[in-house]
Amino acid sequence: MIINGVTIDETFAEAFGMKATRAIITAQNEKWAMISAQAMTGFATSVIACGCEAGIEKVLDPSETPDGRPGVSILIFAMGGKGLAKQLETRAGQCVLTSPTSALFAGIDEGVQIPLGKNLRYFGDGFQIAKKIAGKRYWRVPVMDGEFLTEETTGRVEAVGGGNFLVLAKSQPQALAACEAAIEEMRKMPNVIMPFPGGVVRSGSKVGSKYPALGASTNDAFCPTLKGMTKTELPADCESVMEIVIDGLTKEDIDKAMRVGIQAVCDLGAENGIQRISAGNYGGKLGPFHFHLREIMA
Amino acid sequence: MSALTFTMKQRLDQRVDMSPLICNKLEGLEPAEIAAIELQNGKSKIRVDSLFRIKGSDAQNIVIDGSFSKLDFIGKQLDGGSITIYGDVGAYLGQEMKAGSIKVNGNTGIYAACEMKNGYLEIKGNAGDFLAAALPGNKQGMKGGTVLVKGNVGERAGDHMRRGTLLIEGDTGDYCGSRMVAGTIAVMGQTGRYLGYAMRRGTLLLWNQPQLSATFNDCGSHTLAFLPILFASFRTLNSKFAKESAAFNRVQRYGGDMSETGKAEILVKI
Repeated sequence: MIINGVTIDETFAEAFGMKATRAIITAQNEKWAMISAQAMTGFATSVIACGCEAGIEKVLDPSETPDGRPGVSILIFAMGGKGLAKQLETRAGQCVLTSPTSALFAGIDEGVQIPLGKNLRYFGDGFQIAKKIAGKRYWRVPVMDGEFLTEETTGRVEAVGGGNFLVLAKSQPQALAACEAAIEEMRKMPNVIMPFPGGVVRSGSKVGSKYPALGASTNDAFCPTLKGMTKTELPADCESVMEIVIDGLTKEDIDKAMRVGIQAVCDLGAENGIQRISAGNYGGKLGPFHFHLREIMA
Repeated sequence: MSALTFTMKQRLDQRVDMSPLICNKLEGLEPAEIAAIELQNGKSKIRVDSLFRIKGSDAQNIVIDGSFSKLDFIGKQLDGGSITIYGDVGAYLGQEMKAGSIKVNGNTGIYAACEMKNGYLEIKGNAGDFLAAALPGNKQGMKGGTVLVKGNVGERAGDHMRRGTLLIEGDTGDYCGSRMVAGTIAVMGQTGRYLGYAMRRGTLLLWNQPQLSATFNDCGSHTLAFLPILFASFRTLNSKFAKESAAFNRVQRYGGDMSETGKAEILVKI
């Protein structure tokens, strides 16, 4: 399959089942909602060492938020329910509770309920106030700038993590420009996040390492400087590869995001140095979710 | 199916215990069985068909027409369905109701919504003393649900209230929110003396400056984020509380009752 001069490899991305939740952060204005959301989703690129993968899903209009203020919705993914709950709580406590004018709400009502402000309320040292409104329980925690309002719980749902595609280009600036174009389109899609910095990862990994202590190491088959030294997957004139990783609430959400992302890359086409689209997998044996590039782009 | 309608035939001198006539108890009964139910009337019993003309068959939608102030315990322990009443009702309306809705097109006696657990109760007229309160000797009043009163209420509204929302469009008597444990009471009209007497936790939300006891301390004026969410939850009600113009988020906050645990608040619109 070739789109605008870009070859779509006959391969697939392999993804795993994860647990996910959504939270809505509001503030006096979008600037402060975004600051809080960025803090809460910081250092959350990969479950390998961050404990969770998190990102900003979208900016919310005041008409879309529970308290009628500007807001940002974020998604957090983890491998297990306990890990997700711990990450959510510590991040909410350190990054949202602390952020000026913020309030924190559930972004998913269904599913298993996990603590959002349920335990943060104890920061109120007995002055906290519960309010049950329209079937939902909220906590009002007195803080120095007024009151921190938070919903007690949010819903945890089954999700998918690790959808991905690789962009092979003739030069590093061209690979980055293509990925930037893809991310711009993918960020318009609901229910997905691209957790790496700016949505793009330049250090894709393979399973295992020559060093026993490491579970993952550089994906040498896609490293352009190793073309002559390893069993490479790259054409001779490929100088740079970048990857976009996608976590989504369902497989269909990731399908759609991959499609718009790959399409944006292909729209730049061979004339902008884009050579191929590939994907990372482990032979199909580890992850139950397979995203076949040619099926997605069919 | 039309509503199961009980139309009053006669006004008795003695009080009537209406608690058997709730949706969950009448569901599945034949008309003859409903007619033969005996209600306590003073010291004696009276058959339902001696007191009411019975029409309709939908037991989930009960109408009591021509009601008057001696019909007690209407909707006691109601667990789903709706009861609509035309006329006044006696004491203990909706006592311990668990679910469903009760609408009264008239006034109620004492202890309406006492120890109510959930559901919706609407009173178009005035309510007597001890609205949403605990029964004498009990420690917890209303525990959940919403009560809307379009008129005025008597003394001790929300006494020992534990949870839920009490909305009063009119005025309240003395001791509104007394010994309240938690929950929200909103009053658009005037409040009486001893507001929030011995109140432990919970919120009194007022449209007019009250006469405050010395045991409530001024905590200053504030913009509170939960108020827009609270007002948004009222939007579906047939009430002045539902109007967008009724909503506000700027209040003067008073904390008290300092003679008790002092964790309650009185919020006054500014």
